Amino acid sequence: MSLTVENLRVYYQTLRGDVKALDGATFTLDDGEIMGLAGESGCGKTTLAHSLTRLSPPLRYVEGRVTLDGQELPIADMSRMNDFRMKKLSVIPQYAMNALNPTRKIGTIIRDLLRSRHVEADTSLQELYRRLDLVRLPYDILKRYPIELSGGMKQRMVMVVSTLLNPSLLIADEITSALDVATQKAVAEMLVEFRDRALVKSMIVITHDVSILYQLADSILIMYAGQLSEKASTQTIIRAPRHPYTKLLISSLPTIGVRHAEHKLSGIPGTTPLLLDPPAGCRFRDRCPVAFSKCSEVPPFVEVTDGHWVACWKESETHA
Amino acid sequence: MLSLDGVSKVYNVGTFGGKQLRAVRDVSFDVRDGEAVSLIGESGSGKTTIGKMILRLLSVGSGTISIDGVSIATLRGSGLKEYYRKVQGVFQDPFSSFNPIFKADRMFEVLRQEFYPEASEKEWEEKVHESLRCVGLNPEHVLHKFPHQLSGGQLQRFLIARACLLEIDLLVADEIISMLDASTRIDVLNVLADLKSGGLSLLFITHDLSLAYYISERAVILQRGRVVEMGLTERVFRNPLHPYTRMLMASVPRLDKRWEDTDYGAGEIGRPSELAGSTAEEALADERHTLTQAEPGHFVATSG
Repeated sequence: MSLTVENLRVYYQTLRGDVKALDGATFTLDDGEIMGLAGESGCGKTTLAHSLTRLSPPLRYVEGRVTLDGQELPIADMSRMNDFRMKKLSVIPQYAMNALNPTRKIGTIIRDLLRSRHVEADTSLQELYRRLDLVRLPYDILKRYPIELSGGMKQRMVMVVSTLLNPSLLIADEITSALDVATQKAVAEMLVEFRDRALVKSMIVITHDVSILYQLADSILIMYAGQLSEKASTQTIIRAPRHPYTKLLISSLPTIGVRHAEHKLSGIPGTTPLLLDPPAGCRFRDRCPVAFSKCSEVPPFVEVTDGHWVACWKESETHA
Repeated sequence: MLSLDGVSKVYNVGTFGGKQLRAVRDVSFDVRDGEAVSLIGESGSGKTTIGKMILRLLSVGSGTISIDGVSIATLRGSGLKEYYRKVQGVFQDPFSSFNPIFKADRMFEVLRQEFYPEASEKEWEEKVHESLRCVGLNPEHVLHKFPHQLSGGQLQRFLIARACLLEIDLLVADEIISMLDASTRIDVLNVLADLKSGGLSLLFITHDLSLAYYISERAVILQRGRVVEMGLTERVFRNPLHPYTRMLMASVPRLDKRWEDTDYGAGEIGRPSELAGSTAEEALADERHTLTQAEPGHFVATSG
């Protein structure tokens, strides 16, 4: 087990009270596994990424344990986490396009970063060149300023920087969302290559685009309103989802071959609940077509078949 | 109803406008009554520039854009106002389309002053309610609210409602659902499709091929400001002839097929459009670029 997350609760502090953005997440990630994390905006997927890497105010740690390679992560302690960031776990942030300091050359940014991690820059220079080859960037990029690169190039540059010290866990947050289909495909394939070459051990890929996950992820975790809904292998989530939310989400995706005139797709009626004061019980209850009386209690996230976890009373009852 | 004939647009870029960027080159296509046409291309392919030229937000470079046979380039004053009653646009970011200081429904008031000064209070209210219902919004839920109190999907439908209020003939929809969640995305798309069944023509600008396939009858594929392939959506998607279209089709993430199972080979990282036409071969290819009919209703660019 590379990563184990147990009952993690992280809230946002606001003047009107705590926003329960991540409310009880429990899952494990195997060595070499690429896990996709999908859900609508505001479901807590980015909060999960932040809590694992940089849990700073207004985020507030409530409870939960995170273990990476058998070592417990002090996620609530910003300064102690410094020993782990970049070396043990790394993130490619959502704002990767703006993550590079515009006043410094790329090479200088990398040298500064390495120095802050007490790594001699010269020793890793050869490795850096190898990585640049891997993502098909020219070496002279190190002498350029971020403004001289296109969006896709910056994205790949941040990928190189984030993975330079071979972290055990890489979290990629919405990195393909702002890219064109062709660039998107190239970046997604690079992520898989990073794993195949064991540059990173395991990966969490956060996106709202389930069809991208189908292409690259080994397993998919679906979140809804701060809680986990379903986790299973990619094939199972796409072909045989169990949670009603996953079913609706998958069926609302247009793919080539579906036309309005022949087959009208429908969205999910209703809106996501406000997490400032989330409804008791199952949070999907109001939009769920199969909700029944039991749904006023919080459904547990249980393993219904081997490796298939679902948080739904309908499913856990029939398999109990 | 809308037709573009040899439309080009050149931007002056660089210090003091020293360099020229040919964003749109010799584009010709038309949108017929009640038809949805998709304009598909990657960033920098000129699709938004075309949309903006049609909406007269940018001047037409060369060539003619005409609606019902009248060129739009020279419209002024009342003629232009009349044009905007027929053609309206909705853009990508619903949050920046609204002024956050005013309530969202203020834009209906502006519209009333501009186009319906003679309408009575009651008539107008009825009209607004009807157009909101037409896009699947409940007037009671969305009126008298500030933009931040509404979701992205609601705001986007608000903008479509505004366009419908004018009883327009053509809607230019520029990436209108790329910023929405998967579950609301399809609702907005269905609103468009329903309006289209009601007789509205649609120019659907997108980079997402599956959305284009879902809604449009004809598709126009753009690469570096040029039309490389166009025709009936069915034919273009089932039988892509141009290598660029094939590459696009192969890169689309699909739910029924993995990338490694498609036989088009590895995805190539696209070059940004600033470099367009920089190599000798490409310049030559551009020179010889012509559209030929491959099968009825399916045109493809050939060079040479």
